[in-house]
Amino acid sequence: MAKNTLSSRFRKVDIDEYDENKFVDEQEEAAEQQGPDEAEVDSLIRQYPLREQDTLQKKKQQLIKSLNWDNMAAFHAALRNPPINTKNQAVKERAQGIVLKVLTSFRSSEIEQAVKSLDKNSVDLLMKYIYKGFEKPSDNSSAILLQWHEKAFAVGGLGSIVRVLTARKTV
Amino acid sequence: MSYYNFLLEPISCHAWNKDRTQIAICPNNHEVHIYKKEGGDKWSKIHELKEHNGQVTGIDWAPESNRIVTCGTDRNAYVWTLKGNVWRPTLVILRINRAARCVKWSPKENKFAVGSGSRLISICYFEQENDWWVCKHIKKPIRSTVLSLDWHPNNVLLAAGSCDFKCRIFSAYIKEVEEKPSPTPWGSKMPFGELMFESSGTDGWVHSICFSGSGGRVAWVSHDSTVAVATGSKNTVISSLRSETLPLLGVTFITENSLVAAGHDCYPMLYVYDEGKGTITFGGKLDIPKQNAQRGMTARERFQNLDKKASSETEKATLESVHKNSISQISILEGDKSKCRKFCTTGMDGGMTIWDVKTLESSMKDLKII
Repeated sequence: MAKNTLSSRFRKVDIDEYDENKFVDEQEEAAEQQGPDEAEVDSLIRQYPLREQDTLQKKKQQLIKSLNWDNMAAFHAALRNPPINTKNQAVKERAQGIVLKVLTSFRSSEIEQAVKSLDKNSVDLLMKYIYKGFEKPSDNSSAILLQWHEKAFAVGGLGSIVRVLTARKTV
Repeated sequence: MSYYNFLLEPISCHAWNKDRTQIAICPNNHEVHIYKKEGGDKWSKIHELKEHNGQVTGIDWAPESNRIVTCGTDRNAYVWTLKGNVWRPTLVILRINRAARCVKWSPKENKFAVGSGSRLISICYFEQENDWWVCKHIKKPIRSTVLSLDWHPNNVLLAAGSCDFKCRIFSAYIKEVEEKPSPTPWGSKMPFGELMFESSGTDGWVHSICFSGSGGRVAWVSHDSTVAVATGSKNTVISSLRSETLPLLGVTFITENSLVAAGHDCYPMLYVYDEGKGTITFGGKLDIPKQNAQRGMTARERFQNLDKKASSETEKATLESVHKNSISQISILEGDKSKCRKFCTTGMDGGMTIWDVKTLESSMKDLKII
């Protein structure tokens, strides 16, 4: 009865796109950000004896004293080179996958020690990955992420969560 | 430390008069109320300034000339002068099309600056020939609302913190009212509107900004829970600290090296800046909590806690700080930014607290204010 016969296409226009005062972030130079090195992280997770051919293992020989250290080194490697500046979604997905893999490989009792070994910036970065992991929950990820969240929160406090929310460039 | 609760509504902004016997506050509406200190802990309302049509967002009281400037969301600013026993307003046309957010008299009180949502700062000065307040705009390169302002002691440089995540220092030199300023660590050429410094690396809105007593340093707090200090020089270095607290809303220098900041965590905190190392460190929480008697928990309560909250701790759910809601503004009461003896905080709980630096120093063991 009251069918609208006039065109309502104008309602679908996103006027914010045409606003000349629209705020656009500055484009920072996107460095070569490939995300954490998957091979490196994989090799460190698997707990087999040191191989001489593996140059990365050679560098970390002093650090890796027991099998437990493999996890720590993998953890640190996974948190290096975060794909913050790049707009490539594939790189970001890949990085998220790597970090999630490392986080799940930790035993519950080791989480606290791992978080304590991080510096402030890395705690913030860890929080960013944790919240990104919350966005797409898979079978067991939420429970593990929540344990990591509790420990990271104890170190980073509410400030680290606020920084996840206010970050302009996220992982 | 004394706490006085003015109202149940948040105090939007406040300003003190020269001898600190009167305080002008905005009780979260279109008016400004002036309270006078009676003996002891009593305050009585002596004036009500009603002229604004929108919420009053900024008040500043010029100590020497005894004028009050207010700005509000009705896009206007008024300069109030005391005639006899009545405050009379004079309208200032700011030529903005969004709300005004903050206002500050310059140190010499011959001009004031208004930050607004129109992405610009209005610098207003009095023109004698026309008997009228005139304003000039600083527009570039501000890209969002200006939330906070602070003047440099030389009456020319103005620091502005805004919602485009940057803190900037502009020159607000008006040749009609003053002479050319001498060079400062922030630069030597200062034509009107010149950008002397722009910060980078913050991810949140800059809520509050403050010059140090000498003007050589500027500190700001932003919504990503960081505190940052920059020291002016040829290559300005910015030091920042990521805190574990909720975002801070107000900051002020109390000595050249120490800052007091407060915000959504409802208590003021001390930060110490070390220029040599370029670091800011957390100095301590400045609230003296009351010693509450620890009530033992019954077994039933413990089990209920475990059931409902999955925790068997005996933490209470009440705030232990003096302010029961976020602190929105800090102002210096006694002393100045290089040596402050008392400062005052007002917040969204409608309360005002006066903090004494000496008492805080003596009551907190590790507190060092250098």
